[in-house]
Amino acid sequence: MSSIPRTSTRMIASTPSPARAGSFGGFALPLACALAIGIAGPLLGNYASDFIVKVMILSIFALSLELLVGMTGLVSLGHAAFYGIGAYVTVLASGAEGGNFALLLPAAMGAAGLYALFVGALSLRTRGVYFIMVTLAFAQMAFFVFHDTKVGGGSDGIYLYVRPALGALDLENRTVLFYVVLAALVFTYALLALLRRSRFGAALAGIRVNEQRMRAAGFPTYAYKLAAFVLAGALAGLAGFLLASRDGVVNPELMAWHNSGEVLLMVILGGLGHLRGAVIGAIAFTLLKEIFSTHALLGPLADHWQLTLGLTIIVFVALLPKGLIGLVQRLSPRSGA
Amino acid sequence: MDFGTFLVQCLNSVQYGLLLFLVASGLTLIFGIMGVINLAHGSFYMIGAYMAFSLAPLFGDQFLLMLVAGVVLAAIFGYLLEWAFFSYLYQRDHLQQVLMTYGLILVFEELRSILVGNDVHGVKVPAWLDGSFALGSVMSYPWYRLFASAACIVLALALYWVVNRTRLGMMIRAGASNRDMVRGLGIDVKRLYRIVFAAGVALAALAGMIAAPMSSVYPNMGASVLIICFVLVVIGGIGSITGALVASLLVGFVDTFGKVFFADLSGIGIYLLMAIVLIWKPEGLMGRRP
Repeated sequence: MSSIPRTSTRMIASTPSPARAGSFGGFALPLACALAIGIAGPLLGNYASDFIVKVMILSIFALSLELLVGMTGLVSLGHAAFYGIGAYVTVLASGAEGGNFALLLPAAMGAAGLYALFVGALSLRTRGVYFIMVTLAFAQMAFFVFHDTKVGGGSDGIYLYVRPALGALDLENRTVLFYVVLAALVFTYALLALLRRSRFGAALAGIRVNEQRMRAAGFPTYAYKLAAFVLAGALAGLAGFLLASRDGVVNPELMAWHNSGEVLLMVILGGLGHLRGAVIGAIAFTLLKEIFSTHALLGPLADHWQLTLGLTIIVFVALLPKGLIGLVQRLSPRSGA
Repeated sequence: MDFGTFLVQCLNSVQYGLLLFLVASGLTLIFGIMGVINLAHGSFYMIGAYMAFSLAPLFGDQFLLMLVAGVVLAAIFGYLLEWAFFSYLYQRDHLQQVLMTYGLILVFEELRSILVGNDVHGVKVPAWLDGSFALGSVMSYPWYRLFASAACIVLALALYWVVNRTRLGMMIRAGASNRDMVRGLGIDVKRLYRIVFAAGVALAALAGMIAAPMSSVYPNMGASVLIICFVLVVIGGIGSITGALVASLLVGFVDTFGKVFFADLSGIGIYLLMAIVLIWKPEGLMGRRP
């Protein structure tokens, strides 16, 4: 308990004033970016567009975690479980003949949301560092279920033979996949942006800053947090659905705790408390990993990308506690106010 | 299940539980006193196991001497590590602690891969502990496992003595219940932190060294132990050594017997145990209400 107020004061300091976040400028830039990607998409080569799809899926995943970490102040280290469940349900429900897009997507998000309901209901009984450990442990439980039993092909995973389709909306087609992923990203971003401005979002912000006060003001904080947790899980399931459709294969490694760590890293790398931060973080992290493991750039060091990545993280924590957005704000005095 | 098998499984449970206790006690001490959540704690277990692998040829049959040497090395390593990385983290929030220690895991794993490689290695049981003794008419139990349990019990008792009977232990307990007050009383908190951290690293590394001849040494062996220790700390209650001991034995039994009865789903037994504890006592069996 004693650590909660300490954390929250720091959270306030890193969050921009509501007026700034609510100005129209907050929306114009992301929308312009989405448009630019949409127009440029077909002009890009296979490699580039594939890379962008990957980054967009990870952005959705990171945004779903931002809802927990940045907006509600809940540090979850088990978010990959919901991502993995979304992906697994997509593949398992497709079977050998493939499945209907309109059924598979709700199934994937629903299953992820359901597991989030179970995990959230239990883990939200704890707080702070306990919460971190409990979410990690429950993610590991999901990992073991798929790793040790034959439900999903064991440790080898399973293939998605036919990708989800709905009429012309066939994800087998790379261009269709590109636009579906882009639409999902825009949907997720807009949903969370609207949520932030809503009464629900304000209540979550209140819980992040001072939960006791919110409870005293009559808010059922447990229910609010649980709702946020389930929504975040379902959105991670959406990212998982898209990932399974892109890769055509799933394996338990999706739920491994390294994935939970990486997505947390993306959110923080970008900058907490900003939706943009999650997207920037996903881009920056994927690029960093790509650069660190490219032989043409780093020579033999590329074989040891974990070392360079690990050291980068350590340096980053030491020097840039507010993420890349914090760095930009520090460099430009205009927005420093 | 006949009585002999049952007895062997009980011994295995206790031995596994006690080994986990060595790792978890360091984790819970470091969190309870320094307020740092240390994801890299599993790496210290891994480092210990690899240390046993690399030191074994040098020491030959002097197994106990090797353990002592390993503990000293690990403590020095922990002391330096605290100075270089962790001393920045005390004032930061949990999120940044998670990140930095996560970065450390990547660095440790990669250094391990550069220095020792990615193969699975076995460590030989010292000759004087080789072999096993009969238990009942058909079953037998290896001497080394009994030695491991005995060593862990001795260490647990030593830990209990240090924490409850010495001046250092008094400071540790005071630090766990009220950090600021301890600082206010003029105790050198920085030094205390460094000692506790070094002790935690040494305990985890020692557990790794003891485990090495039984479990072999392999990449990522730290991660699985870390997560089980988290489960265990949640069950026992943070900052409570007694809680960690009770939870270790519980987890040891649930895991070992889970493997006997439900081979397929054995992995999730301890998590279900954690779920039950969370419903019943969210603060852990021996924890104080947060």
